[in-house]
Amino acid sequence: MAELLRTHPLEAWSTAFERLPDTVGITVEPFVAMVDVRLRAVGAEASAALGVDLPTAPNTWVPSGSGRAVWLGPDEWLLSSTTETPEELEARVRAGVLPLGGSATDVSAQRIGLRLTGARVRDVLAKGCSIDLHPRVFGRGSSAQTTLGQAGVVLLAQSDAGDDHVVLVRSSFAGYLADWLLDAALEFTTTN
Amino acid sequence: MQLIACPWCGPREEVEFHYGGQAHVPYPDDPGGLSDEEWAHYVFYRDNPRGRFAERWNHSAGCRRWFNAVRDTATYRFERVYRLDDPKPLATELATSRRNTAR
Repeated sequence: MAELLRTHPLEAWSTAFERLPDTVGITVEPFVAMVDVRLRAVGAEASAALGVDLPTAPNTWVPSGSGRAVWLGPDEWLLSSTTETPEELEARVRAGVLPLGGSATDVSAQRIGLRLTGARVRDVLAKGCSIDLHPRVFGRGSSAQTTLGQAGVVLLAQSDAGDDHVVLVRSSFAGYLADWLLDAALEFTTTN
Repeated sequence: MQLIACPWCGPREEVEFHYGGQAHVPYPDDPGGLSDEEWAHYVFYRDNPRGRFAERWNHSAGCRRWFNAVRDTATYRFERVYRLDDPKPLATELATSRRNTAR
């Protein structure tokens, strides 16, 4: 049997992304381990078990070790890690939240990350996203689950200048969203 | 496009939401004793008032949480939204309907 190599769903778009100017830069984030955490009550016990204070304010995220902890709902979070394998992260988080009545599920294969950097990325995002992305209200630490070009995404603000965002999109929508982003960025690219 | 204020996420476009029908329809006290007709009334029959109506909505493209809203069926205006564990609106706040499912 042929060996099955893991390929990134946006491999075919890498050259198109490289050609973009710095004002609308798009880079594909490497695979990271992600775990969906369900937990009813957040407190000191949960923080000690997970090593991170899960954000309780809606539409926020906090750094968690090498990864992030993203608020997805009043009892739901997305934890990611760049240093652990999906199995390690799931096992560690599950061991932490199980005694507290919570659950942890590996969802690493569900979403991939795109990093959008540059002075005009906010204009690109605004073409297909209805929420206010001005850094005054969507500064670093803000997140939003919404639709971007009709695809469901999680937006994470990385800077207070509004020029650095991470878009988490479902793998099966990644190609569509990549095409959509390239089209939306077209007016900010120079043709020569 | 109309904005709907999700009790968790704040105002979002209405395409992010999914309608869940009438709110506060009580589950039968004695499910085993219901006739087929009474079951049909519980499962399918809903009020259809003109005016303020308590409804269930789901923020399906966002936090995926259910919440309730009082919406005016004549104007489509959302009067207010409230969480599932908030008290249900008083009868005086809602429009009267010929049929009254939610006691």
